[in-house]
Amino acid sequence: MTITILNAIIAVVCGVAGAVVLFYVLNKLTELLPSKPQELIKPYVFILPAFAALGLFLVYPFFQTLVYSFANADSTAFIGLENYTRLLSSPNFQTTLFNTFLWILIVPTFSIVFGLLIATLADRLRPTGEKVSKTLIFLPLAISAVGSVAIFRLIYNAVPATQNQTGLLNAIWVALGNEPVAFLQTPDFKLNSFLLMVILVWTQAGFAMVLLSAAIKGVPTDTLEAARIDGAGEGKIFFSIVIPQIRATLITVFITVLIGVLKTFDVVYVATNGGFGTNIIALNFYQALYVQRDAGAAAAIVVILMLVIVPFLIYQIRQFRAEEAAR
Amino acid sequence: MSQSTTVPPVSNPGQTTDPGLTAIRPRKRRKDSGGHGEDAGAPAPLWVKIAITLLCLLWIIPVFGLAITSLRDRTDAAAAGWWSIFTGPSQLSRLTVENYVQLFQQTDMARAFVNSLAITLPATIIPILIAAFAAYAFTFMEFPFRNFLLVFIVALLVVPNQVAFAPILNIYGQFSLNGQFAAAWLAHIGFGMALATYLIRNYMATLPREIIESAKIDGATHFQTFWKLIVPMSTPALASFAIFQFLWVWNDLLVALIFIGPGENQPLTVSLVSLLGQQGQGDQLLTAGAFFTMVLPILVFLSLQRYFVRGLTAGSVKG
Repeated sequence: MTITILNAIIAVVCGVAGAVVLFYVLNKLTELLPSKPQELIKPYVFILPAFAALGLFLVYPFFQTLVYSFANADSTAFIGLENYTRLLSSPNFQTTLFNTFLWILIVPTFSIVFGLLIATLADRLRPTGEKVSKTLIFLPLAISAVGSVAIFRLIYNAVPATQNQTGLLNAIWVALGNEPVAFLQTPDFKLNSFLLMVILVWTQAGFAMVLLSAAIKGVPTDTLEAARIDGAGEGKIFFSIVIPQIRATLITVFITVLIGVLKTFDVVYVATNGGFGTNIIALNFYQALYVQRDAGAAAAIVVILMLVIVPFLIYQIRQFRAEEAAR
Repeated sequence: MSQSTTVPPVSNPGQTTDPGLTAIRPRKRRKDSGGHGEDAGAPAPLWVKIAITLLCLLWIIPVFGLAITSLRDRTDAAAAGWWSIFTGPSQLSRLTVENYVQLFQQTDMARAFVNSLAITLPATIIPILIAAFAAYAFTFMEFPFRNFLLVFIVALLVVPNQVAFAPILNIYGQFSLNGQFAAAWLAHIGFGMALATYLIRNYMATLPREIIESAKIDGATHFQTFWKLIVPMSTPALASFAIFQFLWVWNDLLVALIFIGPGENQPLTVSLVSLLGQQGQGDQLLTAGAFFTMVLPILVFLSLQRYFVRGLTAGSVKG
């Protein structure tokens, strides 16, 4: 164990020192050049290590994955579009896609609704109350998905009706005179999927709250005062002045949470492992790669995931360009 | 866009418990951050207080339930829910740290904690410097394709890291890296690089350009300007990315499962998953173990929340 710690410390020191030395040496090498080409090359030297990391871990694998998606399970022969046709015609994968669609619609929406609600209410408290309440809502963001599932097991848990219920939800349900329900094993009306989404909303609402709170505080006080003098109610002020003013932030938060949700696999993996009709695309990828050992299907799933992301990627770039132009 | 107006005043609770201070602070803060309560000094209406208290309870009760359960004896926890400590006072006196003792005796959680540190620290610190250099070039240097490459980084922000697993596994296989800490370090450096460069660059773009111009006139090279001026001035952005990456790597399960996997190098998340797998007899270990994995990230988060918030809001919210 001491060795592991030492190892980590050595890695930190060597990693940082290595990066410093790398930049120092690269910098010295370019300084050997005459000043004209030196000015030309230096920026590329500065960005080179970052792009090497991105190239090796995202760009190259992206193209490699694209190739794998047209190949068979152990990537030894090309089979054309078979991976895609097989996936898209499988009822299981269709359920997975539908579930994913529900996740990316519901989790960002409710994260924003709760985030906005808390940000608006907390804005009217005194600073200490505002700080404490925001910290409590923000806290779950520091908790891992695995930890969150362990936490929510104490809420969704079910035991036979003859015993005392140890899950909070069932305790309430049984106290109202009902039979206990195994919530996470109940696929009717997607109940189990919705309950798993609650876990992610619980962690993401704080994130939405922080960004929306900053945006709400940016709404000019004069505008609000003017509306109040004109006799507008708080509700009207909120929906016709505050909401339009923070529209850009609302969209940013929605997309950021949505992309986070698309990549999330651990909540469902730990809670149900995709059983009882709860599978989602990111988990399906892991199962294809590790359980079925089908590199072709796994790659095709990633490409489909990528296709879902493309519209948001384009929006993100447009948004960035607009921000840069305004800078 | 200015930094000060985009930073919401969220920070460590309990800093201002002095009633005299809180009486003065409202007006001061309202002026600083442009908040809009009805009136700076007036207390919020009762329904606002009730609503927000209910929401906060709703958010914190799950964590509270876990904390209490982790302190309950196995038979107690199986006999009744954690809320029974409120109905039966005898339950309160039966709380014990026995589960934690058992956790360290019977599982490898202590070792996993060290592994988690060994994975997280290098994976957090190393990318910062690399990203800072790139961010400097993007902010203060002119070169062909600069905007194109910057847009490229923005595009990579949303690319799911799932694309990388199969190809990188093959590469790692050739170097026998799978299962080693270095496998996770390198992967996290690659996956975090786009966000790091983007966040730090957004912050550097708010620094006054005159500084670097005058440094140039004084004969400083880019390398010197970077170290002596820009890095110290960018500390908030560097810190904010560090917290973000720390939480991300510490809480990560996917990269750990795929590149390290179960075994002697496994981090806390993987250990916790295996505890979750053996339901029934190990329930008391599970709650204690789950709480144990959260302690460090929650402490880091609470103590450095201010920086974290600043990093999240910089660049995404117009001041």
